[in-house]
Amino acid sequence: MPTMLEVSGVSHRYGSGAKAHTAVHDLSFTVEAGQLASIVGPSGCGKSTLLRCIAGLTPPTDGTISLHGDRVAGVPDDLAVVFQDYSRSLFPWLSVQKNVEFPLRWRPIPRAERRARAAEALEHVGLSGVGGKFPWQLSGGMQQRVSIARALASRPALLLMDEPFASVDAQTRFELEDLTRRVQREQGSTVLVVTHDIDESVYLSDRVLVLSKSPASIVADLRVELPAERDQITTRESAEFVTLRGEVARLLHGDGAATSAAATAASDAAEWDLAEQSKSMDATGSKTRR
Amino acid sequence: MTAATLSGRVGRRAARGATAVVRSWLLFAILVVIWEFAARAGGSKFFPPPTEIAVRAAHLWFTGPASSLFLTDAVFDNVFPSLGRMLGGWVLAAVVGIVLGMLAGRSGKAMDYVGPLFAFFRSIPPPTLIPVFAVLFGLGSGMQIGSIIFGAVWPVLLNTVEGVRSVDQVKVETARSFRTPKAYWLGMVVLPAAAPKIFAGLRVSLSISLLLMVVSELIGAYNGIGRSLLDAQQDFDFPTMWSWLVLLGILGYVFNTIFLAAERRVLAWQPTRLGRD
Amino acid sequence: MLKLLRGLAGLVGFLLLWEVVVQVGLVSKTFIPPASVVLVTVGDLLGDPTFLRDIVATMLAWLIAIAIAIAIAVPAGLLLGSVPVLRTATAAIVEFLRPIPVAALVPLVLLVIGSGPEAKITLGVYAALWPIMFNTIYGMGEIDPVLMETARACGTSRFRILSSVALPQTAPFVFTGVRLSAAIALIAIVSTEFLAGSEVGLGNFVLIASTGSTRFDLVLAGTVVAGALGYLINEGLERLGNRLFRWSTVDREAIA
Repeated sequence: MPTMLEVSGVSHRYGSGAKAHTAVHDLSFTVEAGQLASIVGPSGCGKSTLLRCIAGLTPPTDGTISLHGDRVAGVPDDLAVVFQDYSRSLFPWLSVQKNVEFPLRWRPIPRAERRARAAEALEHVGLSGVGGKFPWQLSGGMQQRVSIARALASRPALLLMDEPFASVDAQTRFELEDLTRRVQREQGSTVLVVTHDIDESVYLSDRVLVLSKSPASIVADLRVELPAERDQITTRESAEFVTLRGEVARLLHGDGAATSAAATAASDAAEWDLAEQSKSMDATGSKTRR
Repeated sequence: MTAATLSGRVGRRAARGATAVVRSWLLFAILVVIWEFAARAGGSKFFPPPTEIAVRAAHLWFTGPASSLFLTDAVFDNVFPSLGRMLGGWVLAAVVGIVLGMLAGRSGKAMDYVGPLFAFFRSIPPPTLIPVFAVLFGLGSGMQIGSIIFGAVWPVLLNTVEGVRSVDQVKVETARSFRTPKAYWLGMVVLPAAAPKIFAGLRVSLSISLLLMVVSELIGAYNGIGRSLLDAQQDFDFPTMWSWLVLLGILGYVFNTIFLAAERRVLAWQPTRLGRD
Repeated sequence: MLKLLRGLAGLVGFLLLWEVVVQVGLVSKTFIPPASVVLVTVGDLLGDPTFLRDIVATMLAWLIAIAIAIAIAVPAGLLLGSVPVLRTATAAIVEFLRPIPVAALVPLVLLVIGSGPEAKITLGVYAALWPIMFNTIYGMGEIDPVLMETARACGTSRFRILSSVALPQTAPFVFTGVRLSAAIALIAIVSTEFLAGSEVGLGNFVLIASTGSTRFDLVLAGTVVAGALGYLINEGLERLGNRLFRWSTVDREAIA
């Protein structure tokens, strides 16, 4: 299978000098075309930072990222992101249909085709007929589906998802996990999911990349040898699933002895730093590079 | 559903609506009645009874020829020009304010440079600059519209800047992740996101426009509502003076109500609109 | 620090532009004196005891007006904000009175009260009432019900709930209202002085300078001082507010 995404020696450092905080350190991995890979790591370890580097939203301090062979500098053309906070990512002044059409607005396609593609995307996520409603009229799970449909409408080569199901309840989470798998297999798209949920990372993907605490590096790269057809109940009961998720859990939490109080304190401090960084970026609104 | 129950329902809803109106205007009506009795019982000549004011107002504005909807010359010569200046000034201020606001708001750096300047200009009492406008444009509509624009542009401008700067970070990243071109970014994301704040600024601007319309006419105008008010005061013609004053209140109220209704429609997509007057 | 420098740079840039535009002759020098002249005039005026007396008179009137406005508007706002019936009853009156431009009342007030300091204070109070009252009412509506319930669940007395939970939450909004009112009241007072001609005051100074043999340098100088005062008051109050209410997580949108 050809390589879709290549991440090579990527590091990201916030700030400079003594106050510098390295979120991600020397990460390298590849994702093949048509694969559904997930990146799992503890909170605040830098996985979202990594995702943003891959998306081109933040340039890495070191290393390179290539999407189907082309260097990523700025946001690449055929990439789409689904954010965790769907209620803030969707545009409340646009209807669902218009939200999904959004990435197509400036493409040279006639309006009829644009509308058809949006409707098609909505159908893929099981929301046909909802186009006329507004986001606030939908439930959380449906809103996230609209977000996914919007990403799909642009027919991206790589779909990035940043903790996409962390803000919905457990039931909905299962539905959306199944939806993502189905859509990915139907479309043959390449999907990279960032999550903190161990079970989800194993259930959802063909491959799990385990990150360490900040500064994050790849602790393990596991193949998920579960059947392609998965079911929330039977798959999660199966021996392979239990073994795999146990392995991931052990890798994440370290073997008791390795996790010292100092390490925990250090990663707590890192998490605090990151929160402060993102808060100050949030507060200054348009201060982001555009 | 029989016809009887249907009409019963409609009737009840109408009654509910009517009681709401009555309830909110009841105190107002009571105060007017009290004023009436107090004035008739020999109050000050500065505060003529409301009935006298109403009669004078009717005489002043509605005793014209049928061909012009019974409106008198006083209306055409004073009310319309005033309104024209006020609304014209407001619209121009809105356009300038929104355009400049979007330009300045896009970069924190730009606002660092001009922010204090804007804050300073906003604090200048507009009447004191009217003599300056008078010499620049002469003692006519130009001076008035100029002063109105100068006073009314700041709420729109500053609110637009604030609206543009407070676009949700998640939306910023979403738009960036789709490589949204600048025009679409501004028109489809920034402008709607900033719209609530812009509308708030526009509403304040509207009342400032009304205020400055009056002020500029008090200082130097050949016609207009403010001018007529002043003339009546100088002639000690209190019923007439109060008529113009009441008219200003009514105009302010009407403009505000219309604006609120328009705002509600344009911003209908906001599910969390608080009941701000 | 950088922000301060940039602000100064912007100011200097504007002054330069002003100077150039006038010197080049785009605008007549007699009507709009160049920035240099006006700034020098401001400097002279600030050393002139008569002018300083004008400033003091204006500021005193302003302080009194704000104090009275707060004394009336805050209790009124708290009352109206907590008793919905009263709000609906007074809604119409408020909605009718509020849009009446302050300036339109000047002729009336002059007749009834005369043109002394009482007139400008009255109009200052009138102009300053609304922002304080509306922001107080708005603040009452923003009281977090979860916080109130938590306090109730802890068995807090009614009075303590009001004073320690409700009031602090309303305080930032009231403060925002006061800040807005401060600026508006100053403008109203200077404008009244200008329109009606009081014995002392900044507005009166500008009025005298602009009638008869018009001295535009004085007019602009007085305007600059008035604007600067308003700016300083607003900035000062804003900083104070930010410091006092740093803990507040609510987005305080001001209502004018």
